[in-house]
Amino acid sequence: MQHDDVIWSVLNGQFCSYKQQKAKTQIFCSNEYNLTGLCDRRSCPLSNSQYATVREEKGILYLYMKVVERSHYPKKQWEKVKLHENYIRALKQINEHLIYWPRFVRHKCKQRLTKLTQYIIRTRRLMLKKTGKQELVPIKKKAERRERRHEEKAFVAANIDRAIENELLERLKKGTYGDTYTFPVNAISMDEEDEEAETDEEEEEEEEEEDEQESEEEMEYVEDFNESDAEDIEDMGDDDDDEEIIKALPLTKKRSLELEYEPAVEIPVRGAERAGIIYCYATRDSADDEWHVDKLEFKATNQPYSYIFYDRALRRRLSPPETTTK
Amino acid sequence: MVRRNKDSASNDDNERPMRRKPFRKSTNEEEESPAQVPTGDLQIRNKMVRQLLYAKLKRSKSKAKLKERKARQQSDEPKQEPQTIEKKRKRDETWVDENDQETLDDISNDELNNYFTRQPDAPEPKLLLTSQEGFPSSFTNKFLKEVARILPNTTYFQRRHHPIKRIIKKMNKLGYTDLVVVNEDHGKPSTLFISHLPEGPTMKFRLTSARLSKQLRSNRGKPCAKLTIRPEIILNNFNTRIGIRVGRLLAALFPHDPQYKARHLITFHNQRDFIFFRHHMYLFKNEKKVALQELGPRFTLKLKSIQRGTFDALYGEYEWTQKPKHKMDPERTKFVL
Repeated sequence: MQHDDVIWSVLNGQFCSYKQQKAKTQIFCSNEYNLTGLCDRRSCPLSNSQYATVREEKGILYLYMKVVERSHYPKKQWEKVKLHENYIRALKQINEHLIYWPRFVRHKCKQRLTKLTQYIIRTRRLMLKKTGKQELVPIKKKAERRERRHEEKAFVAANIDRAIENELLERLKKGTYGDTYTFPVNAISMDEEDEEAETDEEEEEEEEEEDEQESEEEMEYVEDFNESDAEDIEDMGDDDDDEEIIKALPLTKKRSLELEYEPAVEIPVRGAERAGIIYCYATRDSADDEWHVDKLEFKATNQPYSYIFYDRALRRRLSPPETTTK
Repeated sequence: MVRRNKDSASNDDNERPMRRKPFRKSTNEEEESPAQVPTGDLQIRNKMVRQLLYAKLKRSKSKAKLKERKARQQSDEPKQEPQTIEKKRKRDETWVDENDQETLDDISNDELNNYFTRQPDAPEPKLLLTSQEGFPSSFTNKFLKEVARILPNTTYFQRRHHPIKRIIKKMNKLGYTDLVVVNEDHGKPSTLFISHLPEGPTMKFRLTSARLSKQLRSNRGKPCAKLTIRPEIILNNFNTRIGIRVGRLLAALFPHDPQYKARHLITFHNQRDFIFFRHHMYLFKNEKKVALQELGPRFTLKLKSIQRGTFDALYGEYEWTQKPKHKMDPERTKFVL
């Protein structure tokens, strides 16, 4: 038999496992079916044989009702009605179902419905926001350690500086930088290069002759070039870079062929760090002869001194005449 | 190191017992020389004598070793090549041959094609750099600002709480070409996202060992200056299909036509799937010598995933992701890039 007053006197006066004394003034109830969450006579779900509440399960609201008639069937004790998603229609449902119930229960159910709908809306909004938020990923310590070690080893194996240097030199060789860089020729090694240059020059002359046959416009240029002092410098066996500079020089100077004189030509030179001028003195015996370079002098732009790095008079003494005369 | 172990494998066997019992050996030697210590006694009592003998023994041993080594060097035996992981690596089907024009065309026909073929409508690279949501820590902040100075045509954007997708929408309107996002962990930058706009791809890298230019010794504590010129780029060892794809994305961050006279160099060097980022000034001493000075910052990247399209963590389609450890290939000589 169900005696609400007896149950309440026991629960209230003696012991109830749902009782929770969180604050000194108020005792709360932790029963899931409690309508208000308070521990008092009216809202105790155990000592009220006619009771109703609203609960949320996975985002859906249900109205739970129990009556005395079913109190001896614990399994069927609660009648569960799904409430509509629409708040107003859910209110109407509550009104219909709890029409003859105490006003307190009906009112509290509606209040609870309001609260829960607001709470559901809030969770949904948070869920939507959360997707864009950061996600926590566990750091796997061992994997991190392994990766760190592998990285160290890869760094050693990479030898990055050398790889970069090689790549840069390869680019330089390929001519990516064009004529940005010119490197000064070493004066000491000129003796060796001289012989090489002779053979080179012959090849070049052959090439030039071919050029002449190909087009007239170029022929003019080539003739001029042949007679210019620039060619004399090629005698010296300058490397390719210097040749490029020479070609780039404007060959405006027109000389009279009959005269036998000592022309001096200034060749601007530029290296990676500073620039300078090479003064070139050349003579020839007659107008039909080829030029002979007498002296080569280098003067840097920001230095007062000039360096003579080639003197024919000195060379004649040192080396056999075959190399100097052509 | 490996070579030496292999070389001396046979020698080791002979030497090991000697090394273990040097004292007994010393007594044996003494037997030949005028002995002062009674034979059979393993331990020489006099410390000075013992030390002397031991030193003698050691010297003779090292001499023998040196002789052996010299003999080995002079003999015509072919020198053993050091076995490195790079040399052991096999060229599997992912490897793209330089002469294989068909696959190269296939690879180059991607979203970045516009940039590389220099289409007239292709915009200049314009980057936006930002951090993860919130406010980055002081180190990450400094790092981000340095990176923003290094990458040309970059603006640093304070992320605060702006969602990335909305940023991308705005960027598309403003004509940006790349979005770079740096995430941090424990106050250090840990992840790098590069998203090419408007069509993708998006790549996620693990970012480690980030160093500011101030921290580099070669830079003598100077902070990083803003790079106002177009730097030269080196991409080393990007050989596989995925590697080339990554290399293209990285290269597309920088404008065309580098200014060679400025001699600034930016390197992405791939070694065993680690991509080392470096920033140098260089100088050609002569035809065979280059001087390098590192300016910084530097960091290391490791590819984690490639996503088609722009950044989309929820519904993104992944082209490639790094497998978890238990599904990884146990072979250490296999690499992705």
